[in-house]
Amino acid sequence: MKSILKPLLMIVAMALGMTAAATLPARALVELNVNKGNIEPLPIAITDFQGGDALGAEISGIVSADLKRSGLFAPIDKSAFIEKISNPDATPRFEDWKVINAQALVTGSVSKEADGRVRAQYRLWDTFAGQQMSGEQFFANDANTRRVAHIIADAIYERLTGEKGYFDTRVVFIDESGAKNARKKRLAIMDQDGANVRYLSDGRSIVLTPRFSPNRQEITYMSYESGQPKVYLLQIETGQRELVGDFPGMTFAPRFSPDGQKVIMSLLRDDGNSNIFAMDLRSRSTTRLTNSTAIDTSPSYSPDGSKVVFTSDRGGRAQIYVMGADGSGQTRISFGDGVYSTPVWSPRGDLIAFTKQTAGEFQIGVMRVDGSGERILSTGFQQEGPTWAPNGRVLMFFRDSAGGPKLVSVDLTGRNEQSIPTANFASDPAWSPLLE
Amino acid sequence: MGRIAALTRNPVMIALVASLAIAGCASKKTPNSAADLGLSGAGAASPGSAQDFTVNIGDRIFFDTDSSSIRADAQTTLSRQAQWLNQYRQYAIVIEGHADERGTREYNLALGARRAAATRDFLVARGVSGQRLKTISYGKERPVAVCDDISCWSQNRRAVTTISGAGS
Repeated sequence: MKSILKPLLMIVAMALGMTAAATLPARALVELNVNKGNIEPLPIAITDFQGGDALGAEISGIVSADLKRSGLFAPIDKSAFIEKISNPDATPRFEDWKVINAQALVTGSVSKEADGRVRAQYRLWDTFAGQQMSGEQFFANDANTRRVAHIIADAIYERLTGEKGYFDTRVVFIDESGAKNARKKRLAIMDQDGANVRYLSDGRSIVLTPRFSPNRQEITYMSYESGQPKVYLLQIETGQRELVGDFPGMTFAPRFSPDGQKVIMSLLRDDGNSNIFAMDLRSRSTTRLTNSTAIDTSPSYSPDGSKVVFTSDRGGRAQIYVMGADGSGQTRISFGDGVYSTPVWSPRGDLIAFTKQTAGEFQIGVMRVDGSGERILSTGFQQEGPTWAPNGRVLMFFRDSAGGPKLVSVDLTGRNEQSIPTANFASDPAWSPLLE
Repeated sequence: MGRIAALTRNPVMIALVASLAIAGCASKKTPNSAADLGLSGAGAASPGSAQDFTVNIGDRIFFDTDSSSIRADAQTTLSRQAQWLNQYRQYAIVIEGHADERGTREYNLALGARRAAATRDFLVARGVSGQRLKTISYGKERPVAVCDDISCWSQNRRAVTTISGAGS
């Protein structure tokens, strides 16, 4: 495959030297334990980045919004700030920040380089320990200032929680407009916070279920453009498309393997049932993984590629099954009261997210990979299709209400539900890995 | 309290509300034929035309929730379809399988496909050539009825026999 991908971004990160205060002996640093059941959001002061006119405030605004939406941080209203930061590299007056209960403080600056690039730097301070926790600077081209802000938010999230962030990511989804019985569906991509929407199809054909490649450059999805619904690959930057495989019937429910070398999907049999196949994208060879007179669909690999979780109604109604990546040892894991579908393996490997229908409602939940420990995170009249943030802490799904679907995220506590702003109706979100 | 008092002073209004409720129930009957769907003009279409098929024969059948079994009422419709299609052999046939919205997207694509296949198999068993028949599933992506309750879902769980190639 010819690659004419242009680099999405030039970001160079450098650690910033610690200031004098950093040489103080470390006391217990502020930190968040995200594994605790009930997390009290950490009060954090995020000051406007210095310089760059409106850009400084824009960057701190994006950082603040990212951290707030995670549910783990409570950014403090700027009007409460006492110290006015004039030099973001100088040690702040910690007393001024402690008195407003800011446990962490972010200062930073942004400037335009002579070559046109944007330079942004931040420092994260522990106000109670009175020292700098981290500091980095980034160079990016002009069009990527939002990404720089997301990267800074990820760095702060990681430093304070000990886990990777998920803010510098994108989401592919289906943009839906028009009446319910004549919905126009377009493939679209945006930043995880709903900014920078770009359309990847024109809406003339129904498109469904886009999913990111681990290489971040490709999407696999299903389209009706040939008349028969089929699975396609799309290069995001070039727009180059190709059919995945040459099968006689409908192919659907595609997903990449963790190494990006395979697409796993359902293929319709002539008898009306559906089985799961994996196709190697290099050799084009296909492997049949299931062979049942049932609906077998929605396959999703474990992050190590050794197993596949899928939906099957072979037992009467749809339930979740796990098998080896070669199709061996197919075992039912869901036994709750209801119908289970759309299983998705967590990128951390520890959980499987699913949609469950029970008592006339649709629930988004997670269970351990052996089916134990089921937890429902969200319940609604009509909602489905979870996708994992790359750190395995947050799920995004779509909920139908008020005439059409919209995107919603919920964290693993189930307490922090956020709507993702989109101009039109939106469905089938799929989260990218962290960008590079 | 004031509202109840007002209503008791207006028995006509109560009667009106009651009759509306009855009409609401009646309209929730599952439509089973073209005539039920409000396609009027039965008998007006010329025999052998696409309109004749849709209006006089009935182009669609309905399914129970999460099922692809051909119901007794649907068997009657499909038998009529088979007879007509065997008489007018110039048509190519595409059977669309559909699901209601009370299922997840991928599962419903598979369910729609299964309904289309069950419909195709029934017609083939009644003598329609498999060579003329194609199937396609639209899952829940093309509802005909758009309310959020059972009366609509039952209309959306359907297989529609579409014909093309008239006059060839």
